[in-house]
Amino acid sequence: MARIVRLKVNGRARSDAIPDNRLLVDYLRESLRLTGTKMGCDGGECGACTVLVDGEPQLSCLTLAASVDGAEIETVEGLAVNGRLNALQRAFHEKLGSQCGFCTPGMIMSAEGLLRRKSAPDEADIRAALSGNICRCTGYVKIIEAVDAAAAALRGQPA
Amino acid sequence: MNIAAKNRSVGVPVPLVDGIEKVSGRAAYTADLAADALVGRLYRSPVSHGEITRLDVSRALALPGVVAILTGDDCPHAFGILPIAMNEFPLARGKVRYRGDPIAAIAAVDAATAEKAIDLIEAEFAELPAYYSSKAARAADAVLIHDDRPGNLEREVHHSFGDVEAGFAAADLIREDVFDCAEVSHVMMEPHAALADYDVERERLTLHSVSQVPYYVHLMLARVMEMDSSRIRVVKPFVGGGFGARTETLNFELIAGLLARKVGGKVALTLTREESFISHRGRPQTDIKLKLGMTKDGRLTAAECEVVQRGGAYAGYGIVTILYAGALLHGIYDIPAVKYDGYRTYTNLPPCGAMRGHGTVDVRHAFECMLDRMARQLGMDPFDLRRKNLLTAPMRTLNDLIVNSYGLDECMDVVEKVAGWSGRAARKTPGKGFGMACSHYVSGAAKPVHWTGEPHAVVNLKLDFDGGVTALTGAADIGQGSSTVVALSVAEVLGIDLGRISVVANDSTVTPKDNGSYSSRVTFMVGNAAIDAARNLRDVLIRAAAEKLDAAPEDIDCADEAFFVAGSDQSRLTFKEVVAAALVDTGTITVKGTYTVPPDAQGGKHRGGAVGSTMGFSYAAQVVEVTVDEELGSITVDKVWVAHDCGFAINPLAVEGQIQGSVWMGLGQALTEETVYENGLAVSGNMLDYRVPTIADSPPIDTHIVESIDPNGPFGAKEAGEGSLSGFLPALVNAVADAIGVDMDELPLTPDRVLKAVAAKARAEKAAAKMAAGR
Repeated sequence: MARIVRLKVNGRARSDAIPDNRLLVDYLRESLRLTGTKMGCDGGECGACTVLVDGEPQLSCLTLAASVDGAEIETVEGLAVNGRLNALQRAFHEKLGSQCGFCTPGMIMSAEGLLRRKSAPDEADIRAALSGNICRCTGYVKIIEAVDAAAAALRGQPA
Repeated sequence: MNIAAKNRSVGVPVPLVDGIEKVSGRAAYTADLAADALVGRLYRSPVSHGEITRLDVSRALALPGVVAILTGDDCPHAFGILPIAMNEFPLARGKVRYRGDPIAAIAAVDAATAEKAIDLIEAEFAELPAYYSSKAARAADAVLIHDDRPGNLEREVHHSFGDVEAGFAAADLIREDVFDCAEVSHVMMEPHAALADYDVERERLTLHSVSQVPYYVHLMLARVMEMDSSRIRVVKPFVGGGFGARTETLNFELIAGLLARKVGGKVALTLTREESFISHRGRPQTDIKLKLGMTKDGRLTAAECEVVQRGGAYAGYGIVTILYAGALLHGIYDIPAVKYDGYRTYTNLPPCGAMRGHGTVDVRHAFECMLDRMARQLGMDPFDLRRKNLLTAPMRTLNDLIVNSYGLDECMDVVEKVAGWSGRAARKTPGKGFGMACSHYVSGAAKPVHWTGEPHAVVNLKLDFDGGVTALTGAADIGQGSSTVVALSVAEVLGIDLGRISVVANDSTVTPKDNGSYSSRVTFMVGNAAIDAARNLRDVLIRAAAEKLDAAPEDIDCADEAFFVAGSDQSRLTFKEVVAAALVDTGTITVKGTYTVPPDAQGGKHRGGAVGSTMGFSYAAQVVEVTVDEELGSITVDKVWVAHDCGFAINPLAVEGQIQGSVWMGLGQALTEETVYENGLAVSGNMLDYRVPTIADSPPIDTHIVESIDPNGPFGAKEAGEGSLSGFLPALVNAVADAIGVDMDELPLTPDRVLKAVAAKARAEKAAAKMAAGR
């Protein structure tokens, strides 16, 4: 069965008929063509599909789209402002927190959730916030540096 | 070629040229392109080994929404990466050899229909005995997995160099240990995917795939589909890692092509994570028996090594893997005599293949553990012992590998100092230990898989009216930064801004053929080809500038977006002025550059001698600090210090990232990663049971770059992405030995293995105490 679901996706209000069993990740990727959100596993194992639901990181592969009716959804595509990378995106790019890039959208969305909660996270905070996001390229060293640099930039401090 | 870097386009940290797409979500990977395609699904063997006695797809085909079904009958041609060992079919023909071997492929209008159709396929099997270990497969009465391979041995290798007997006779200390390293898998973040589009009117196929080797995929598509290769276009979009999993053509890529032709349209075959695990091609479970001889002052006199690799169901790269395991006993230390016996078996498990550090990792692990144990026996420091056995470059090894640059001594000096090795005793608390190890790897296989007589690498450059330079390369950027290396090399030679350069990679209709991203060949070979191309373009521009400035071409230099007479302030033209002058009468300029490994560097004349040959070895040394909890059996890696000799760091940022990724992948193999099969079923085929380390488990990695400036590398560069991996494993095991006095011979060091070893040590100590008391 399908129902009308009202969502705000990357700032844009939507009202779509969505089957009850449709996963949020499939809705985003297939219906909205927001393919920045990735599927890296068979469900709940890798974190690549992380999006923000009302500002909180959530695995879109374990979320039914109908279950977040009325929510505000943010994906990696929604972070840039007028084409400019946001602080985390810029730091992941410049510090090489991203190699193959496949975990990157989920990684950035988890980090975005962290920085909105806590403007000056320490290393333990970063490790805890990203512990559900697997990266196979970096060994995480430069990911931690990137999140740290983004937090510093947002606080107006040199990295 | 090693030309000096003077324009500072290389040698300074630069973000990846394709990085913005990745952080913004715009980067399109194969599965992201599949929106309007039919959905492909595979029916896989539920048994490990057997004859297919009945296969009926009629009910599945009758399901509304099913467009086409293929079986082995549609796949008459075998494929495989090595021309001498092609024994795999896209879909099984008559026989299945591992649980998960694809039997039939379905294209349907959507995923739900395709999955329903899978359940309607009817198959029966006459099961055969299945073998899940090398030992079982090699038993005298074992049924053959491949009829032409007696003893279920894919290949055995016997190499002996120097006088091994005399070497052991000269030794004061001989030690022999046995190691068992579990099978590990790549687990690149992007699951396997292929998107095939067949144009019926033109009889042309376009394939997008996750490959590291689009050229080999192109060749195999032509073979399996009986198509002229000119009718095939292979595109590699963004790829989410590879680590070797995609260095050979994989069955799903060929099946996608066959399905697309059958339906006359577009089919996406996106595999699940479980299927990506089953496709495997990872590092085989390996048994190693290693014997080393040494004088009492720590000088190696001889080495004897037997390796058995559990290869899985098909050949893949197997022959190369078992040869690598022996070849890279050489090239790091000076050993007067080396004997190697390698056995690659067939078993009823997913096929193994190339994985980061191809073939060399487990043997290096064993070797470096042994060095540590013998240093302990001799009362020597492990650094000092290794320093007794260094090579002096340039040299040629016993098995005819060339070593032109050698930064291992400097790597050791660096990590010994930064890790505070000499002061470690003061930092030791109960359960804390320190270990070190060294490693090396090739900068590209000197002998290509196909001996076509072509150069090893080709790069094309286009310069046009707009002053932009487009670099065309077939090198597969899978996240390691190869497109960035090409761009930086061109910018450096031409003295122009990086922003002028666009890199177009991996579209067979546009870009030159490249052998692909494997054996860490790209920086060395494609980097050199890019330099050659840029020099050829610079020559054209210098001639134009010389004419315009009324100067001799040999007096013209270029830097900072200008061409000028060296030493003169007046005689100067901007890059765009020179381009305008150069285009007169000719228009758009295209040049190319190539790189070819000289024949004398392509390995020895002995059978299998090509494997291991390379223009340059990277070297690495690392120190690992651990804390072991003897009650829980848990190991915490507190910190790693690593130094890697990459010759010259073209992009130090990417080099650091590669070294850290390598060390960390070694950490996974050492601590948690292993595939587990129950009666052939891959029960670890997910990312919870197959434990890739999370950010919470991963240590700080203090990373140092050593630059030995290789005489032939591009700007002196060698590889950076593999050589640091294998050293982590033994450094960890050595650190654990230092921490709790237990030598671990099995990988990974899971808590249950640690507890078992601790209990065995306690029993041995108790027995010794009893003996002592009784005396």
